[in-house]
Amino acid sequence: MHPALSVIFFTVTAGAGYGCLILLGLLRLLDLAPDTSPDQIVAMGLIGLVLVTAGLLSSTLHLANPKNAWRAFTRFRTSWLSREAVFAVAFYPVALLWLACEWFTGNTAATVFFGVLMALLAVVVLVCTGMIYATLKTIRQWHTALTPVNFVLLGLFLGTLIVSVMLAQQGLVIDLVARLALVVLVIAALVKLIYFYWIGQPAGPTINTALGFTRATVRLLDVGHASDTFHNKEFGYQVDRVRLLWLRAVSIALAFVLPLLLVSGLLGEVSFGLLLLAVISAYAGVFVERWLFFAEARHVVNLYHGMQRT
Amino acid sequence: MKLGLVIDLDTCVGCHACAVACKQWNTSGTTGPLSDYEPYGKEPSGVWFNRIRHFEVDEYPNNKTINTPMSCMHCEDAACVTVCPTGASYKREEDGIVLVDQSKCMGCNLCSWACPYGARELDEEEGVMKKCTLCVDRIHDQSLPEAERQPACVMTCPSHARHFGDFDDPDSRVSTLVRERGGYSMMPELGYEPTNKYLPPRQRPAAPTVERKAASSGESLIGKWMKRQKDAFNNLGKGAR
Repeated sequence: MHPALSVIFFTVTAGAGYGCLILLGLLRLLDLAPDTSPDQIVAMGLIGLVLVTAGLLSSTLHLANPKNAWRAFTRFRTSWLSREAVFAVAFYPVALLWLACEWFTGNTAATVFFGVLMALLAVVVLVCTGMIYATLKTIRQWHTALTPVNFVLLGLFLGTLIVSVMLAQQGLVIDLVARLALVVLVIAALVKLIYFYWIGQPAGPTINTALGFTRATVRLLDVGHASDTFHNKEFGYQVDRVRLLWLRAVSIALAFVLPLLLVSGLLGEVSFGLLLLAVISAYAGVFVERWLFFAEARHVVNLYHGMQRT
Repeated sequence: MKLGLVIDLDTCVGCHACAVACKQWNTSGTTGPLSDYEPYGKEPSGVWFNRIRHFEVDEYPNNKTINTPMSCMHCEDAACVTVCPTGASYKREEDGIVLVDQSKCMGCNLCSWACPYGARELDEEEGVMKKCTLCVDRIHDQSLPEAERQPACVMTCPSHARHFGDFDDPDSRVSTLVRERGGYSMMPELGYEPTNKYLPPRQRPAAPTVERKAASSGESLIGKWMKRQKDAFNNLGKGAR
């Protein structure tokens, strides 16, 4: 699949923003960062909202006809893309209510209630984003339950790191949040490795089932068009296999290995500077991971263009 | 009603006339234009509702060329309609035709991702998704003579490899062809239940080969005698070992 930068930026950045707000919404309930004042939490919440908003705005850039984008709220009952749009918009009033409660009342039952509700909605949006891809039977690399799990975990991972760097910047206690970041990091890395193993297994349609000639070899003689078509440009994207493996290694090193070393304190005392480095590294690593998510996905229409299996 | 096409892979000669007729009718029809990009440039490209690919099945000497015209299959379980967030994609209750309402489409491409058959193409000039309409503006047009109320691709096919009809009627031409010729669906394992069916190439008796002709010429007395001598010569000394 053609990796569209607007969609990659959207899923990574909005995912990080939702991750931030999941953690911030649960901060009071779980007492993860004691002695944090309401205005500090509100400031961090606003940064999370900025990330979410930047991502959502970027998502409209890949539309060929954005003037009809408002119609995307109308097919909630069948389309995961519509569900994502509805929940992403429903998220805002809840997030603002939570911010207001935090700002005006501090640590009260209302703050905790709206915080938990906001965290739930953020998880729902991330699941919806993952399900858009996971429901496509035409792309076996996406058609797995690992896809939404991966979207939620990586969003939460980036969010936890960003919250810990913000706490450190304000000189607050970061022990619990940093430890939580490590736990999420390990789980997210494991799921990603399982995903890489999973998509390496041969499965799905072949050129034989695509054409109905299942008792003999089939090869393409002529594709029928002289120059690129919509299908070539959208689905025909292919990267050299060695380069893909390199990029996998780069993505895992940047997203998981370096942040693990930095946050666990193996490279010196955990400080604002090291955490900031971890956030930058993890963001870059997840960006490469999301690029690979598209570049490694092979649509079945390629079978009609001569690919033997997806 | 369940309208659709039957395509005969045995008789299709791969001439692309169906694709050209489709482009001609639909670019000036209700879904038009089917935009072209650089039509007179080095890399001409554009929107087509029907594309024909050419394959070779099996190995020499049993190989055979197969031409596969493919357009929208008007699936019974059309995933392109399910995933559409705007409601622009829909499947008609009355005849099962899958259509795009271009005034509602926002061009997100998700329906084209959900389609395994490559039936949907984005018109980059207009920013909306376009696809085969089964010539909906033709097949129901009462002002046309009844024989012409067929999709443009079916009308034009010079080898009569394309058939149009109602699959819900068990005695229609398309239903009969599928029954008698073993019509099948492409990529059925994805479960979209495509309406369009393909007829496999027919088995024909093998053409006589050069070797068999030589053997039959040896039926004469002289031929038989020469063959015996040849066999005896070839078998010389074999019994001794």
